Amino acid sequence: MTPTTARARFTDLLAAEWIKLWSLRSTGWSLLAGALAVLGINVGTAYDHYKYWDQYDESSRAAFLRNDIGLVDAFTANSGMVLVLVLGAIGAVAVTGEYGSGLIRTTLAAVPARRSVMAAKALVVTAVTAVFGTALALVSFLLTQVVLDGRDAGLTLGHPGALRLVLASGLLAPVAALVGMALGAVARHSAASVVAATGLLLMVPLFLSEDRYLTAVLRHAQPFTAWQRLADFGRFGEVAHPWTTGGAWLVYLVWALGAAALAVTVVHRRDQ
Amino acid sequence: MIEANELTKRYGSTTAVRNLTFTVKPGRVTGFLGPNGAGKSTTLRMILGLHAPTGGTVTVDGRPFRDHARGLRHLGALLDASEVHGGRSGRSHLAALARSNGIPRGRVDEVLGEVGLAGAAKRRIGGYSLGMRQRLGIAGALLGDPPVLVFDEPLNGLDPEGVRWVRGLFRRLAAEGRTVFVSSHLMTEMEHTADDLVVVGRGELIAAESLADFAARSGSSVTVRTTEAALLARLLTEQGAGVRPVGEALEVTGMAAARIGDLAFAQRLPLHELTPRTASLEAAFMELTADRADHHAGATR
Repeated sequence: MTPTTARARFTDLLAAEWIKLWSLRSTGWSLLAGALAVLGINVGTAYDHYKYWDQYDESSRAAFLRNDIGLVDAFTANSGMVLVLVLGAIGAVAVTGEYGSGLIRTTLAAVPARRSVMAAKALVVTAVTAVFGTALALVSFLLTQVVLDGRDAGLTLGHPGALRLVLASGLLAPVAALVGMALGAVARHSAASVVAATGLLLMVPLFLSEDRYLTAVLRHAQPFTAWQRLADFGRFGEVAHPWTTGGAWLVYLVWALGAAALAVTVVHRRDQ
Repeated sequence: MIEANELTKRYGSTTAVRNLTFTVKPGRVTGFLGPNGAGKSTTLRMILGLHAPTGGTVTVDGRPFRDHARGLRHLGALLDASEVHGGRSGRSHLAALARSNGIPRGRVDEVLGEVGLAGAAKRRIGGYSLGMRQRLGIAGALLGDPPVLVFDEPLNGLDPEGVRWVRGLFRRLAAEGRTVFVSSHLMTEMEHTADDLVVVGRGELIAAESLADFAARSGSSVTVRTTEAALLARLLTEQGAGVRPVGEALEVTGMAAARIGDLAFAQRLPLHELTPRTASLEAAFMELTADRADHHAGATR
């Protein structure tokens, strides 16, 4: 007997990963839960400012507008942490879900080209989370500004920094998901990789001081700090060691590519 | 055709598989037998390119399996029926596998029907019985219509009807000219299914031969009772038989009952019993692997 033949197309692997992602109910539910948590935090914060607007004196209101607090409400630091947590976990489970059940062996026996499998998985996860994150950031921006419009404090997308905030917040999602994926591929265990992703993405920046040059550079090289740089207006201009938004975007890019490369390589090299 | 040559796998200081050399031929069902922990799964994983051998080689139709960009059309495998994600439906699981290898969607429903899961295709795998998972795994192996098929313990969890169906399927696949390699730790599962046997224990090859040869080799014996046990024992030993006293009787190996009777008659030794005992294949298998089983019940280690 000779095997029937067909060309090995990378697009088939993308389609297969797409099927795998969406045939799990948990994918939709965890994205929905993450979105509701982020929107809840941000709209809640905006509503708080709306509700107590009457109690602010004239100078506080002026400071609110001058410091673009509308943008801070559009995607708060707390919601950014939630986004990183949820997306890091989704990325990790996209890989560990296959290891937990042993499905990875079925997958890799069907497609021995392991690097192609992992590259396809990384691309699908990146695309889905980028669209999800950007849409979420946009909706969050619009909803929070509608709330603030009630006090004439809402901003439009045309406001300086608004678009960058939406993009930076949205793209934080695929960066976190890819880091989760890489840690999932290394640890091959769901709980361990989720804990590792949380530690790496959210805890590490806390331990790095802004005051000394070396720790400041390391701190600025963290994705969550890069997001704060891109989203947090003006404040970073006043720190001891200022850095550019271009540098922050570069941090996103390097982490995303590095994480994807790690996930691809580690699965390629090890016994499965 | 699967060809293993001096295949060796070590994990740290543990040697899981040592110098395995065997050939699995097309057109036949080959049983891969060994007690638990004998290295069967490790060997299968090396065949599939999931684990890299520490030494030696293994090829599928002349090529290391990992050299293929896509595998399902070259080799179909059921490794462990639990190696699926419980959250997906059976159809989604197969659809993803099929799509990854550029296999038309229609083939998914075809194999689902073939293994008798058409009715359960939309249900989540988490709700499947072990037998249904085995059928799903077999469906996955059949997806690419491959010339080589590998099944790891496929009969686990199947009901008697399922076992009969699987045996018929293996026979049919072999009759179509495919290479069929089936692992098991139970000889009874294999003696009605396999044409050839590869037997391993503690990672080493014990036998690689046809089932018929294995059966012939396996220790048949003749139980003999006589009033002149000592005389007869000496006589038979001189003629090349193995003799062992068992109570008042003798257990004779390596000599047919008729020859024993003739020899006794020629020396006018009275025989009170002459009973040939054909050892079951299971007993032969147990005997061959007994000293190489890794996990003895109650054994001190």
